[in-house]
Amino acid sequence: MTDTLNEHADPTLEKGEPLIQMDNVGKAYGAIRALSGINLSVGAGEVTCVLGDNGAGKSTLIKIMSGLHGHTEGTLKVDGEEVHFGSPREALDHGIATVYQDLAVVGLMEVWRNFFLGSELTSGKYPLAPMKIKEMREIADTELKKMGITVKDINQPIGTLSGGQRQCVAIARAVYFGARVLILDEPTAALGVKQSGVVLKYTAAARDAGLGVVFITHNPHHAYLVGNHFIILKLGRRVLDKKRSEVTLEELTAEMAGGRELAELSHELQSTQR
Amino acid sequence: MSQSLSKTPSGAESPGASSSSGAAAPPPKPSNSFLTKALARPEIGAFLAAVVIYIFFFIVAPPFRDAASFSTVLYASSQVGIVAVAVGALMIGGEFDLSAGVASITYGLTAALMCYQLSVNMWLGVIVSLVLALFIGFINGYLVQRTGIPSFLITLGTFFILQGCNLGVTKLLTGSVATKNVSDIEGFDSAKSIFASSFDIGSVSVKITVVWWLLFVAIASWILTRTRIGNWIFAVGGNAASARAVGVPVNKVKIGLFMGVGFMAWFYGMHLLFAFNTIQAGQGVGQEFIYIIAAVVGGTLLTGGFGSAIGTAIGAFIFGMVTQGIVYAGWDPNWFKAFLGVMLLLAVAVNLYVKKLSSTRKA
Repeated sequence: MTDTLNEHADPTLEKGEPLIQMDNVGKAYGAIRALSGINLSVGAGEVTCVLGDNGAGKSTLIKIMSGLHGHTEGTLKVDGEEVHFGSPREALDHGIATVYQDLAVVGLMEVWRNFFLGSELTSGKYPLAPMKIKEMREIADTELKKMGITVKDINQPIGTLSGGQRQCVAIARAVYFGARVLILDEPTAALGVKQSGVVLKYTAAARDAGLGVVFITHNPHHAYLVGNHFIILKLGRRVLDKKRSEVTLEELTAEMAGGRELAELSHELQSTQR
Repeated sequence: MSQSLSKTPSGAESPGASSSSGAAAPPPKPSNSFLTKALARPEIGAFLAAVVIYIFFFIVAPPFRDAASFSTVLYASSQVGIVAVAVGALMIGGEFDLSAGVASITYGLTAALMCYQLSVNMWLGVIVSLVLALFIGFINGYLVQRTGIPSFLITLGTFFILQGCNLGVTKLLTGSVATKNVSDIEGFDSAKSIFASSFDIGSVSVKITVVWWLLFVAIASWILTRTRIGNWIFAVGGNAASARAVGVPVNKVKIGLFMGVGFMAWFYGMHLLFAFNTIQAGQGVGQEFIYIIAAVVGGTLLTGGFGSAIGTAIGAFIFGMVTQGIVYAGWDPNWFKAFLGVMLLLAVAVNLYVKKLSSTRKA
C-alpha cells in the first residue's frame, strides 16, 4: 500500500512545510455563527487532529477547507497564497481532497467508476469523448490491491463492500489523484476495531509519504494514535491547541469529556459548601 | 501491509463473464457467471416481460404476426420511446419531468401558430420552438437546483402552466382549440421528410420515427455507459452529495438532463405537427406518466442512480406491443390502462429486489 503513496504523493513536499494556514477563520450562516477565531495550520507530513463533540463546528471547518462553503471571516491560505473556495472542484485543484464519512461513494455504481468519479480518463477533450474503461478498470484494481483491498470483482457496486473497504477506496482515490492535503471526516466513526485499525494505518502511511492530513474525529484514542497536533473545538471555538509533545491522552480525553467545565463546577460546588 | 479485512478471493474463474466493453478486456477477477451478470442488468426484467408479451400476442392475435403489424407496433413504441429515453436518463439523474407530455404540444403549437400567423418558412418555426424547448428545459432544471424544491413539484407547476397556455394562446390566436392546417406553408414538405415520413422495407412501410428512436436510444446508451457525462448522470442520481464532493458539476448535469427532455419533447412535438398538419391544443395530458412508466418498467430506479437507455426502450416497446396487441386481438382497448398499472407495480417490485441484491454485501 505504501507503493501507491510513494508513486503518487507529491515529491516536492517537505515535512513540516505548511500547506494550509487558517488565520482567525470564521463562518456565519446568516445570524448564526457556526465557527469563529480558528487558527489552524496543516503541515506536510503531519496529522492535524480536530476533535470535538457533535455541533462543535467540525463539519463547518471541513466544509470550508473542502470548498463546500466559503468562509466569511479571516483568511485561508494554501501554500502561502490566500484563497476563497467557491466549489469542491477548486479545493481539489489545490490538492485538497476530502473523504467524507457517509458520502464518500455512490453505492450503486461500480467500484472502478467510483474510483475515477469526477476525474475520469477520457480519450479526448471534447464533451462526449469515450472513457478509457479498460484502463480505468485495471488501474483501480491495481491500486486497490496495493492497498490490500481485494475486491471480488472491480465491476461490483461499491455498496457491496464493507464500510472500512469503502473508506479505504475513497482514501486510495484521493491519494491516487495527487492529493497533497487529505481531510478525513470521522473515518473511523462507523467502523469496528479491526477496520478502524486499517484506516488508521493508512492514515499514518499517508502522513509518512509527506501528505498533510486533517483527521476529524470525536475519538481521542484514535486521534492520539496518529496525530502530531491536536485541536479541540467546542461550540464553534477552539478550546485546546497543542502539539503532541505538550499533551497527554488523558488530557485530551478529559477535555473531550468536558473536563474544564467539570473542574469549574466542582470548584464552585466546593466553595459553596464552605 | 497484511490485510485483516480482505477475504481470500474465491478461485472460481469463469470464462463466460465477458465485460461490457466488448473488447478483449478481461476483468481483473471474473468471478460472476454470465447469468449473474445478466441478472444484474437493469433491463433484464423488462426484457423477459417483453418476450413473454410478444409470445402471448403472437398466439392470441393472428394479425399480430404480420410484418406490417410489427411495423405498427414499432411506430407506437417510437412515439413513446423518443421522449421516454430522455425522461429515463433524467430519472437516472434523480429527477422527474411531469411537463414532458404537454410540452410536446406546446412546441408543436409554437411552430404551427408562428408560421401560420406570421406567414414565415416552416423551418423558422421549427427552430424557434427548439429554442423554446431548450429554454423551458433549462428553466425546469434551474428552478429545481436553485430552490431545492423537488422536481416533481416544479415540473407539476410547469405542466399546468404549459397546459393552460396551450389552450389559452391557441384560443386567443385562432378562435378554436386547434391550429390551422399548415401543410401548404413553405418548408413543410422538407420538415415532414425529417420528422414524419415513412419508407418501405420490402412490402412493409416503416415510419421514420422508428429510425430516430433507435438512433436516440443508441446515442443515449453510449452517453450513459461510455462517457464521463454518463458517469456523472449515474452519480448525481445515486448520491448527489458524494458526486459534488468529488468535483462533479451536479447542477450542470441536472440542468442538461432537463434540457435533453426538452429536446426530445420538441422532437416528438414536431413529429405530431408534421404527421397531422395540425395540433390539438388539449393533447398530451397523461403522456408524462407513460414516459415515466416506460422508464420504470425498463428497470430505472425511481429514486435515481440506476437504469439504462435500452431498458427504457424495451419499456416503450412493451407499451407499443400491448396497445396494438389488444387491438389486434379484438379486445376492448379500455383494458389497456389496467394492464399498464399492473406492469408498473410488477416493475417496481422487481426493481426493489434488484436494488436489494446489488446493495447486499458479497465482497
